[in-house]
Amino acid sequence: MPFFKERTIVSQTVFAPWDDPNQKPLIRFQNVTKRFGEFVAIDDLTLDIFAQEFFALLGPSGCGKTTMMRMLAGFESVTEGKIELSGADIGHVPPNKRAVNMMFQSYALFPHLSVWENIAFGLKRDRKSKAEIDARVDEMLKLTRLEKFSKRKPHQISGGQRQRVALARSLAKAPKLLLLDEPLGALDKKLRQDTQFELMDIQETTGTTFVIVTHDQEEAMTVASRVAVMDEGRIIQVATPANIYEYPNSVYVADFIGDVNIIQGTAAAKGPETYAITWADGQAPVTATSKTSFSEGQEAHLAIRPEKIGISAQKPENADNALQGKVLDIAYLGNLSTYHVQLPGGQIIKAQTANTRRIARRDITWEDPVWISWSATAGVLLAQ
Amino acid sequence: MKRLSWFNITSLTVGFAFLYLPMVILVIYSFNESKLVTVWAGFSTKWYGELLQNDAFLDAAWVTIKVAVISSTLATVLGTMAAYVLVRGGRFLGRTLFSGMIYAPLVMPEVITGLSLLLLFIGIGLDRGVLTIVLAHTTFSMCYVSVVVSSRLVSFDRSLEEAALDLGSSAWEAFRLVTLPLIAPAVIAGWLLAFTLSLDDLVIASFTAGPGATTLPIKIFSAVRLGVSPEINALSTIMIAIVTVGVISASLISKRNAVKAQKDARAAERAEA
Repeated sequence: MPFFKERTIVSQTVFAPWDDPNQKPLIRFQNVTKRFGEFVAIDDLTLDIFAQEFFALLGPSGCGKTTMMRMLAGFESVTEGKIELSGADIGHVPPNKRAVNMMFQSYALFPHLSVWENIAFGLKRDRKSKAEIDARVDEMLKLTRLEKFSKRKPHQISGGQRQRVALARSLAKAPKLLLLDEPLGALDKKLRQDTQFELMDIQETTGTTFVIVTHDQEEAMTVASRVAVMDEGRIIQVATPANIYEYPNSVYVADFIGDVNIIQGTAAAKGPETYAITWADGQAPVTATSKTSFSEGQEAHLAIRPEKIGISAQKPENADNALQGKVLDIAYLGNLSTYHVQLPGGQIIKAQTANTRRIARRDITWEDPVWISWSATAGVLLAQ
Repeated sequence: MKRLSWFNITSLTVGFAFLYLPMVILVIYSFNESKLVTVWAGFSTKWYGELLQNDAFLDAAWVTIKVAVISSTLATVLGTMAAYVLVRGGRFLGRTLFSGMIYAPLVMPEVITGLSLLLLFIGIGLDRGVLTIVLAHTTFSMCYVSVVVSSRLVSFDRSLEEAALDLGSSAWEAFRLVTLPLIAPAVIAGWLLAFTLSLDDLVIASFTAGPGATTLPIKIFSAVRLGVSPEINALSTIMIAIVTVGVISASLISKRNAVKAQKDARAAERAEA
């Protein structure tokens, strides 16, 4: 994670058009609302996506991310507001006239056509010459390593190959914008991870702007340049994966992305940008820093990632925050172990450590009294 | 092989006898030497020969085939269009009414359909003949086509059409290049159904047929009223043979396709590994 942080600091040399006020966005959602009858799918949404971005729309099912994608493709109309592509309103442009292509969740490969014909389908609709089509299809087959399968029908190839055919077909027309609807959802975990890197490579090689819809936060974090976390038709936060993870703007985002401990209490100023959080009767307040200010007695949620919490048998010296508890459960994940530590008040805090030693040397086990500790800067203080 | 119990053998025999005994008797008597239908007088194929000399029957057969081909083709086009609009058109005003009206003729008594068509043809002064039978058959068989095709369209993955649009097809291109090839089996099945319905329709054809154009079912029916002749048995046997060959070849083709699909699926699994 520190690597990503560095990236955002030296933004001049790094790809971050969203930080540059002179950059014109490729896509602009302006106060877009979409209603299906009474149901509000997209609620007054404003968003800019820049050229060559790999932009992820992330959220639980029913949050409106698929509707946003379908509006970009032209399959759904906009109820209010407008969507611009390269500065032009595309509200009334039908899907077949948009410089936007989509990779469908089910891949939607034409079962009666061969791999070659599937990829050539869009090019043929543009009445391109045969030589041009041949050259472009070959280029796409090569890009997706499908040369050997060009004569096969979709049902004669594997799931991973189908996924690549769908990608090749949607990239063949060199769209300004490629939409990917849960592109890796149908693949098993191992293949999905390989394919994520392949997608990133292809996105970089072709320089196409990708917008990906996914409910898998790990996938969004891996591939995206920026992630938009959505809920109930609204965007809760848009930021780089590192900033979403390290600086969530709400408990919803903190909880949705990765694992998090939330300590709820009331804030009291303790020093410059430092607050004491009273969180349980009979427990010492915990200390946390925050750039956003909290008034005296305001409700505050301290969000701390489990890997930022240390666990030890003895009370650590010089720790900003240290609490004593008892190990309730240990989840051994191979490379990591997550300890569920129960505090005297009953609250459970998760602490994660990397298993740098072999498990036989582990000195903490079930029911052990332990100390958990974290620094004042480890967590994020959130109002809601 | 599993051994069948006595109960199973008995019910199988009774069931199939019930279904096929009448036809078997008809086929056997078509090879009867005697002119009397119910008296067996030895094997002969002479009634088949006489059938070929009977111009009235041959004319009627020709009219029937002509009517069946034209009306089932028209019905397939109209029925497919209707099914497409009803399944894909979304919720337009009166959709429920329209879909109800498409299916109503399925349960309408044929006598009423025939009578109303007759009144219409008289009303607009259309002379009854091949054209009127074709129109009548198209009218009632397009409903069947639309039922068959729409059941296929309902299960059709809509994103295939969207993908075609997304890749730059017009709506017509998407239909012609993607939807139609994929629903073709249902369209063909609809055509065959319409063809069969037209082939054996008696009631509606009797209302709409004119003096110049008589279909085979009408011809057979009126001939039988004068007494069953071995010639008719021969004709019926030929029809049974045609239908049997059709059914067997259709099931062979679908079986072969199923085997091929299975082989492809296995090949895909191997490719995955």
